Amino acid sequence: MSSTDISLHKDVHLGHDDHHDDHDHDQSFIEKYIFSQDHKVIAKQFLFAGIFWAVIGGVLSSLFRMQLGFPEATFTFLEPILGKWVDGGKLNPEFYLALVTMHGTIMVFFVLTAGLSGTFSNFLIPLQIGARDMASGFMNMLSFWFFFLASVIMFYSLFLETGPAAGGWTVYPPLSALPQAIAGSGAGMTMWLVSMALFIVSQLLGGVNYITTVINMRTRGLSMTKLPLTIWAFFLTAVLGLLAFPVLFSAALLLIFDRSFGTSFFLSDIYVAGEALTHTGGSPVLFQHLFWFLGHPEVYIVILPTFGIVSEIIATNSRKPIFGYRAMIGSMLGIALLSFVVWAHHMFVSGMNPFLGSVFMFLTLIIAVPSAVKVFNWIATLWRGNINFTPAMLFSVAFVSLFISGGVTGIILGNSALDIQLHDTYFVVAHFHLVMGSAAFFGMFAGVYHWFPKMFGRMMEEKLGYLHFWITFACVYLIFMPMHYIGIAGFPRRYYTWTGFETFNKFMDMNTFITVAAIVAFVAQFFFLFNFVYSIFRGRRATENPWKSNTLEWTTPVNPGHGNWPGPLPVVYRWPYDYSKPGAPEDFIPQNVPFSQTQSSNLPHERDTE
Amino acid sequence: MITIAVALSILLLLVVLYLLFRIQVLASIFKGSYRRDIGTSNKVNAALLLVFLFVMGALFVWSFASSKEEMTLPLASEHGIAIDSMFWLTMAIIGFVFVLTHILLFVYSYKYQHQDGKRAYYYPHNNKIEIIWTVIPAVVMALLVFSGWKTWAKITSPAPDNAVVVEVMGKQFNWLIRYPGADNKLGHVKHTLIDATNEFGIDLNDQNAKDDFPAEPSAFHVPKGVPVLLKIRSRDVIHSVFLPHFRVKMDAVPGMPTSFWFIPTKTTSEMQSETGNANFQYELACTEVCGRGHFAMKMTMIVDEPEDYQKWVAAQQQKTFSVQLQAAPADSTAAVALNSSEAAGAGATASKQ
Repeated sequence: MSSTDISLHKDVHLGHDDHHDDHDHDQSFIEKYIFSQDHKVIAKQFLFAGIFWAVIGGVLSSLFRMQLGFPEATFTFLEPILGKWVDGGKLNPEFYLALVTMHGTIMVFFVLTAGLSGTFSNFLIPLQIGARDMASGFMNMLSFWFFFLASVIMFYSLFLETGPAAGGWTVYPPLSALPQAIAGSGAGMTMWLVSMALFIVSQLLGGVNYITTVINMRTRGLSMTKLPLTIWAFFLTAVLGLLAFPVLFSAALLLIFDRSFGTSFFLSDIYVAGEALTHTGGSPVLFQHLFWFLGHPEVYIVILPTFGIVSEIIATNSRKPIFGYRAMIGSMLGIALLSFVVWAHHMFVSGMNPFLGSVFMFLTLIIAVPSAVKVFNWIATLWRGNINFTPAMLFSVAFVSLFISGGVTGIILGNSALDIQLHDTYFVVAHFHLVMGSAAFFGMFAGVYHWFPKMFGRMMEEKLGYLHFWITFACVYLIFMPMHYIGIAGFPRRYYTWTGFETFNKFMDMNTFITVAAIVAFVAQFFFLFNFVYSIFRGRRATENPWKSNTLEWTTPVNPGHGNWPGPLPVVYRWPYDYSKPGAPEDFIPQNVPFSQTQSSNLPHERDTE
Repeated sequence: MITIAVALSILLLLVVLYLLFRIQVLASIFKGSYRRDIGTSNKVNAALLLVFLFVMGALFVWSFASSKEEMTLPLASEHGIAIDSMFWLTMAIIGFVFVLTHILLFVYSYKYQHQDGKRAYYYPHNNKIEIIWTVIPAVVMALLVFSGWKTWAKITSPAPDNAVVVEVMGKQFNWLIRYPGADNKLGHVKHTLIDATNEFGIDLNDQNAKDDFPAEPSAFHVPKGVPVLLKIRSRDVIHSVFLPHFRVKMDAVPGMPTSFWFIPTKTTSEMQSETGNANFQYELACTEVCGRGHFAMKMTMIVDEPEDYQKWVAAQQQKTFSVQLQAAPADSTAAVALNSSEAAGAGATASKQ
């Protein structure tokens, strides 16, 4: 493999050398910034789109948190914005469900899948493996534009007369199949399904590209066991997406058939709105199986990239090799594999056979083992380090904290016997918002702060970063820790208000408190937004390798052009974590430094390669 | 006018903040702190991490302890004892891990903050440690899995033959309850037979249906100390039966009957005296999003002493469905034929109520 590859790369590079300058000028604005095939531009497109969606998702959550925190209040000031969804200052209960549904859909798919993988897989894979670009720049461009189309449709659905989809982000039929049952299941749900179908196309186009690029286009010397953990993480994420998303596609397709063509895949024996439907023999539980066959790998699609990002940032800023590099890869492989055989733990009380429940409890709790290994390895990496707290590092340390706090309660929820009481309560909401919501967001923030200099050639303002970090970190715990208490007390999810129940007519102050914390957290994100936009234009100019990092992206110029490296592609000699190696003059040795140049620090087994 | 003033002042505030930010940036460039690699902010952040550990840790302990009583729901079922004890045992285990890892995480972060001239310890791996911290969680998980299996198997085992059968049917947006009557057999139902009066779609030609009777609309009764088997179904979308005090939850799925059995251990009046709340009632809530009225799908379950329950049954079983439906204008055979415009209209108004 290697010999042919090398010659190929050389050709590409020669071509670039010759035409490099006029190449840039030849490109029109549209070619360069809109329909670009450059992975760096596409990454930024995904990042901007992700940030846009994150703001929308945050606004939606602030709205429904206001309803939950102040159920008695009247929100007349919202009437000019929300129109008929606010009636006499009261949020419409169906609109509340639409808010919850769209918040989930947007955050899980549009921000933490497309925004996260789309940004960092695109940006870092070619740069960290020493490639000129993705395997197929054209498919990569298509991936973004399919996502853009999906975004437009989903965004448009927010403004429909009957409202967007409102049956929960899991869109369980029959609710999602019957417009008679809820208005959001009309045009809103149709657009949801069309948008998700396009979204899946985008994910598959992206995923095929990531996998191909990692397998085929690594530079000379970069074996799989010398890859940065980020690339391992992106690679496994893409594999998960490629295997899981088609199943969601099939579920969506069957749901479209049930909704529009009178089939009965998921519908049976239904009497709704004064009418007995003719559907017979379908199974709503079948949809849940199909949905969660994607849905569970999906949460790892969200969290795996951040495993990689955080590992890289913690190692760089602790000035220490990541502890247990191979154990880190092994645990990611284990998690990726197990993520496919735990889906039914979302369905312990769905009416499926209890024997299945016991199998899935067993498989689910096993995941705790590789997850624990990862946490211990991150902590061991900090041990005896020489830690530099950049904003990225703070977000990474906080990521580990959130991952622990949210992860341990998974051991409770994965236990089918305990899940009986806690299923669909706020305990679940608290659990997944910590472990995959906040943690993944923190991983994403860490990534943006860390790779911003390579993306835009400037540094983000540190002090504002600290401010953003501390407010956000404190608020995340202030929001989600009390939610566990409410969940233990049995408060069900997706309730417009709890005051109708004597059992749940408590914790009022707690809910108000959570709402206030949530709104503060949301407002704090504007520090980030301001910092982000300001630094793109006015930030301090970055150097080539501001964090003194080892990976290949930092060997490119400050603003890497088309093709990434102006000269020949770098050659890799060592793993990416040679930080603070004894005997070395500097506390880092980049991957492209041969052992022959570092004789003072080589370990015994490395002497042969001098 | 006031809105303009508010908008203007917010705008001015933002401008002031921006100017402050610029001054800060220019000042730090002037001082040269931009050029120093790692400055005092590193120390501040490291210290803040430690402060965060203690302050948030203390807040957590305080808030947990002061909410403990409010968050623990009184328990009124037999299998709930096993669930609750396993829950708190698991909480203790994860609580230990949570505290330990957080102390290590934050203390290491503080202790190993950057110091000029210091160098990190090059320590890439240690297979022995990896094996230890793989095996220990694996063993703990295995123990939790085994105890979970035992409890789960007991809870989901088939209901005893002497169980009192109660049918719970979810619909938008209330619960309907049916008892099987003297023969202890629920009669046959079909969704095409449903209309405004026959809300269950009971087929009165079925012998087993003759003695079936409903509960009152707002509450239903079960006896204490006897296995109660809930036969759960739905006639429109998915709902979920949740009896928080009994640690009972099971989805109501259209087209797929489900069930859950449990043994109530405390009557409603016993619970009223235990909680000191004379108005205490066991409530049944819906926990699967089902539409506009999801948050209001409430039903009261009254747990009686067995004698009282028998008395209630004796009175209630006079009001069988067959008596009620034959008194109603549309009888069961007409309902099939009528199941179009008129019945649909009636059904629609009924569901709106």
